[in-house]
Amino acid sequence: MCGICGCKQPKDEISGHRHLDVELDLFSLNDRHAQTNRERFARQSLLVLNLVSSPGAGKTLLLEQTLKAQLGRIAVGVIEGDQQTSHDADRIRATGAPAVQINTGAACHLDAHMVGHALEELDMLRNGILYIENVGNLVCPANFDLGEAAKVVILSVTEGDDKPLKYPDMFVAAQMMVINKLDLLPHVDFDLERCIDYARRVNPEIQVIQLSAQTGEGMQAWLDWLEESYQTLVAHRIDQLEQELAGLKALLERG
Amino acid sequence: MHEVSLCRALVELLRQQAEQDGFSRVHAVWLQVGPLAAVVPEAMALAFEACTPGTLAEGARLHLVEEEARARCRCCGGCWRISSRLEPCPDCGAYELDVLSGDALTISELEVE
Repeated sequence: MCGICGCKQPKDEISGHRHLDVELDLFSLNDRHAQTNRERFARQSLLVLNLVSSPGAGKTLLLEQTLKAQLGRIAVGVIEGDQQTSHDADRIRATGAPAVQINTGAACHLDAHMVGHALEELDMLRNGILYIENVGNLVCPANFDLGEAAKVVILSVTEGDDKPLKYPDMFVAAQMMVINKLDLLPHVDFDLERCIDYARRVNPEIQVIQLSAQTGEGMQAWLDWLEESYQTLVAHRIDQLEQELAGLKALLERG
Repeated sequence: MHEVSLCRALVELLRQQAEQDGFSRVHAVWLQVGPLAAVVPEAMALAFEACTPGTLAEGARLHLVEEEARARCRCCGGCWRISSRLEPCPDCGAYELDVLSGDALTISELEVE
């Protein structure tokens, strides 16, 4: 290297450019917001479920029927995600449950940051279940953690039994698959067994409930699952608080 | 569809990294994309073009580096290279595969000034 013309000098040094080795996950920003949400949900003893489906699978009707069964027995709240309008939040509020509408505009999914802000409006919700109805889309919401305890994917029999193979990411991400519109089964070419088999191919652990939000058939199994999931969360929270209490008492006695 | 959101996150991560490492311009970004990361490379490139003007990465080159996806079979324990979540184990035919890699979307290298 002669120092005058810069021959043999690494090219980057001449231009003033340098290379950096980094490891930056593009989902990490969302994941940080999701973690903040998750800690908040834990403090407020909230079971949070992220409901995902394609448009028109019946998420809102399922929610309405669920809320009607739970209101007065358990604290509930809803965050509604849609590209436009507050139609769904209006429907939910009509049941008597508090609802916050998020309009995502151009975005095809809810992210953890949007949910964080929606939570400010549901600050009084404690010790209950928060439902987040995501934008109707079986692709993008699979990748965005909102801080929820579980994703519930809702698939209606009018859609086709091969959806789990066509949109595997969502069925991998979900803990529960609800097969809805069971009352329409005699009128459509939908093989329940094949659908469940496909879902378990991509996610062997996925749980399945079959129901019709319209007629109420199968709704009890869904309500039982919700109740059981909530009771498990409460038991876990009590353990945590008891441990914290015991720790504090021990500190006080020592002091 | 969500490539624009991801590119906005990418620019924000670059901004944070610039503060930490003391650079003001980004000339090139190497992004590792797994086949299971649910992004379309062409859409990612387009979103990058759309999201970077007026930022520290204006005019930067985006290099998409294809990452390998690997999975372990729950039945026979074998590890295999896969290209989608729908493949059965090539050895025992079971569908119960745990993905080990290939679902990430990670910036691995930057050329900065």
